[in-house]
Amino acid sequence: MKQLLKLASRNIWRNRRRTIITAASILFAVFFSIAISSIQEGTWDHMVNSVVHYHFGYAQIHKAGYWDDKTIDNAFDPAASYDAAQGMDAIYQLVPRIESFALASYKTYTKGALVIGVDPDREKSLTKADERMTAGSYLQSDDEGVLVAEGLAEYLKVGVGDTLVLISQGYHGINSAGKFPIRGLVKFGAPDLNKQLVYIGIEKAKWFYGTDNLLTALVVDVKEPDDLRHVVRELREKLGEEHEVLDYKEMMPDLIQAREVDTAGSQIILMVLYLIIGFGIFGTILMMLKEREYEFGILKAIGMRTSQLNIMLWLETIFLGMIGCVAGIIVSMPLVYYFYRNPIELSGQMAEAYERFGVQPLLPASMDFSIFIGQAVVIFLMITVLSLYPMYKISKLKPVEAMRG
Amino acid sequence: MTEEIVIKVSDVHKTYDETKVPVKALRGVTLDIKKGEFTAIVGPSGSGKTTLLNIIGGLDRPTTGSVVVNGMDISTLSDNQLIDFRKTNIGFVFQSYNLIPVLTARENVEFVMLLQKVDKAKRDARTKEMLQAVGLGDRMHNKPTELSGGQQQRVAVARALAPKPSFILADEPTANLDSSSTANLLDIMAQLNQEEGMTFVFSTHDQRVIDRARRVVTIEDGKVLKDEWR
Repeated sequence: MKQLLKLASRNIWRNRRRTIITAASILFAVFFSIAISSIQEGTWDHMVNSVVHYHFGYAQIHKAGYWDDKTIDNAFDPAASYDAAQGMDAIYQLVPRIESFALASYKTYTKGALVIGVDPDREKSLTKADERMTAGSYLQSDDEGVLVAEGLAEYLKVGVGDTLVLISQGYHGINSAGKFPIRGLVKFGAPDLNKQLVYIGIEKAKWFYGTDNLLTALVVDVKEPDDLRHVVRELREKLGEEHEVLDYKEMMPDLIQAREVDTAGSQIILMVLYLIIGFGIFGTILMMLKEREYEFGILKAIGMRTSQLNIMLWLETIFLGMIGCVAGIIVSMPLVYYFYRNPIELSGQMAEAYERFGVQPLLPASMDFSIFIGQAVVIFLMITVLSLYPMYKISKLKPVEAMRG
Repeated sequence: MTEEIVIKVSDVHKTYDETKVPVKALRGVTLDIKKGEFTAIVGPSGSGKTTLLNIIGGLDRPTTGSVVVNGMDISTLSDNQLIDFRKTNIGFVFQSYNLIPVLTARENVEFVMLLQKVDKAKRDARTKEMLQAVGLGDRMHNKPTELSGGQQQRVAVARALAPKPSFILADEPTANLDSSSTANLLDIMAQLNQEEGMTFVFSTHDQRVIDRARRVVTIEDGKVLKDEWR
């Protein structure tokens, strides 16, 4: 094997120019695909991360059927969920919510509002709601007041210090009505939320909707996103059929589908790119086979087995691929790192569109090492497939015919 | 004393049907080659001498007939068995471009021994010994492109002899050499034939080689025309 490695490593430099051209084409393909993949992955990760931390969280626990029928009557007792989460180190915190709709009024203005009862401290830690304040102050833990989204406040013509009237139907049809001082205004990029959201302290929400200790949702905040899958699985096993545990992918299928479509599109582009590069490598292999036919004949004649020749040729193509691949990774790393640290900032309408959905208008690159490794794996597989042809030719090669030329 | 037969060629026919008209390259060649011979197979171009050499060397198969080397009928061996057979029994010297271009003279000489998994100490000693025997002890680390045609052929001879095969087959080894390189190569081969008792079989139409051979087998139209001992 040592001898084959020596031969292969020397053989690739026999035609230095051709090796450099082939390696350079692989370098280009790897560089291009890493750049595309890392910016695409980084952007989508950023988007999903923003949306997850914007409102939904990584996962939510509800009463079974709540997600399809979001009514206050589908509230549930969170005790079992708190018990289930006990001892699960991957869970950072559980964030309670009570969500329902109400009519919000001020003087002669009335509008439908999404009233969300939150634990101010935990909500702040999950969604950074305090950073969206545009006026007034954030809710205290036992606050009697509310935060109103800017768009809603504008419609109702209310400001900090005014009193908002909320009227709704509470748990099991009880009448809910109350007056709540406005502590502050919050801004949401997503128009739907900005036009209708009201944050209220969780204890006040329980009182308002008459749910006692019931909640409509318990948001699961995990320490590491990678742990999400097993956290969800474990919670499902522990909580049984009375509860539903949904991860963000199940709660936002449209976003996930859009990511998949986008990823598939760029994978097609990358496949075409690799196909072109593959033909380039194949051309090199064909030329090399033809040029060295006599030599292969000699090697077989003096006792080199077909399998040894095949390994040597495979090593040569692998070396060639690895030179291009490693060079491509090395060249792309500084660029990817630069865009990881300094994301591309969008401007104009594109930026507005991002902000509207609560996502910072940035296109960061991902430094996920699997993107770099993925390219090496693709090259490795491609070369392994391409080297089947020389292997076939070598197995058919007769020394006498090869040496006759 | 009974002379040991190394190669026994019995009624070998070889017909190529690559074209629409079959070409009979050999038509019933029968030949015995004994240990220590220094034999030239001669004949005009197209007479079948290279075909005979290829068949003896297990590089080609006879259409009919048999070739027995060291008691083994090689026409019954599979491709891989033939490769292993060649590796352990035969040393080859071809017309030109014999050597592996990316290896040095020393590495070329030890190459077959590496394939045979000969241990390093023995390999090194034998490589050095053979390169010195062909007068290239000081060119061990040169690659083939840094050697003249004659020197390359001498390295090829050293490589062929290094693993101590049963015999050496040399296909027109002097075809691309000038007079002094030819004389030098023949001197070395004759010396190794005498000192190591190595059997040499050449195919050639070079008179300088024919003059040095102790046995000359003349082939014409695929048949043995003459078999002379000197």
